[in-house]
Amino acid sequence: MCLTTGAINAQGSGYLAVTDPPTVAVKRGASVDVKIPATVMTGYHINSNTPSEEYLIPLKITWTATGALAGGAVTYPKPSLEKYEFTEKPLSVYTGNFEMVAHFQVAPRATAGPGEAVGKLRYQACSSRACYPPKTIEVRVPYQVQ
Amino acid sequence: MLSPRLSAPLVSALLAVLGLAACSSGVRAAEPVKAEKDRKPAPDFTLKDADGKTVHLSDYKGKVVLLDFFATWCGPCKIEIPWFKEFERQNKDRGFSVLGVSMDDDGWEVVKPFLKDLGVNYRVVIGNDFTAQAYGGVDALPSTFLIDREGRIAAVHVGLASRKDFEDGIQKLLETAAPGGGIVPDNGGD
Repeated sequence: MCLTTGAINAQGSGYLAVTDPPTVAVKRGASVDVKIPATVMTGYHINSNTPSEEYLIPLKITWTATGALAGGAVTYPKPSLEKYEFTEKPLSVYTGNFEMVAHFQVAPRATAGPGEAVGKLRYQACSSRACYPPKTIEVRVPYQVQ
Repeated sequence: MLSPRLSAPLVSALLAVLGLAACSSGVRAAEPVKAEKDRKPAPDFTLKDADGKTVHLSDYKGKVVLLDFFATWCGPCKIEIPWFKEFERQNKDRGFSVLGVSMDDDGWEVVKPFLKDLGVNYRVVIGNDFTAQAYGGVDALPSTFLIDREGRIAAVHVGLASRKDFEDGIQKLLETAAPGGGIVPDNGGD
């Protein structure tokens, strides 16, 4: 199951906004993929989950509480390679709109009812001439066990 | 569709643009540094260097100082640092010093290897929020302040600047004879 999300609530903190997915209806024992849309502000980029240089801070989602869901491995989209004035070689970055996908497994004996997976998304943004301190924003995936 | 919480980034971007425009208009016109009458005192601070020694900006009274706020994760900072090494080497005997202020949350654990890798030949301290706020927040890195011999901010460069802008500013300030000093008193930076 892969759920397309609608923009219900956007969590922004600086240069990146993440849209919370709508409530996901899940079945016990099933796997579920949840799309997490994000938008980088125009004129900025954020490092991808696999930056080109060791010193750069990667994009990363870490789940802090997942309730009846297990796993939560995140698939990040293919980054773009962009050359900036301050780099000799292109950097692996995200710009504009992109989507991450979180993969969960519903516990076989999960209690029917609502729940929420909560995570922290850490990123670090730059423009073409300056960089900004790393920031962490909250990501919420509401679900309903049927 | 996006919530009002997005207003913060928009405001940040606007402020950043306005801030850059303001810096540019104040510094880059015809002169590499502000006119003396337009210079404000550089806030003093008390921070620790890599050896644990206390450093006050006021220790540099009578010198021209290039104060560089940087971070190890900042690409544009890595472009400027080799220039600053050269400025330090060329001008240290003329009453000039570079002072780096790292804004890394992880402190010396990440900063010391970084300085070693880059062969940094000038003094570096670890910054804090108090110091950053005193210098206008310092959200964008690098942010570099050229401070005259009287402890006044003569030029501000937010983001990657040109090497020539720095060179011209330093030379202009070094041409001025050392006076009595004007760094504002320390308000407690530890």
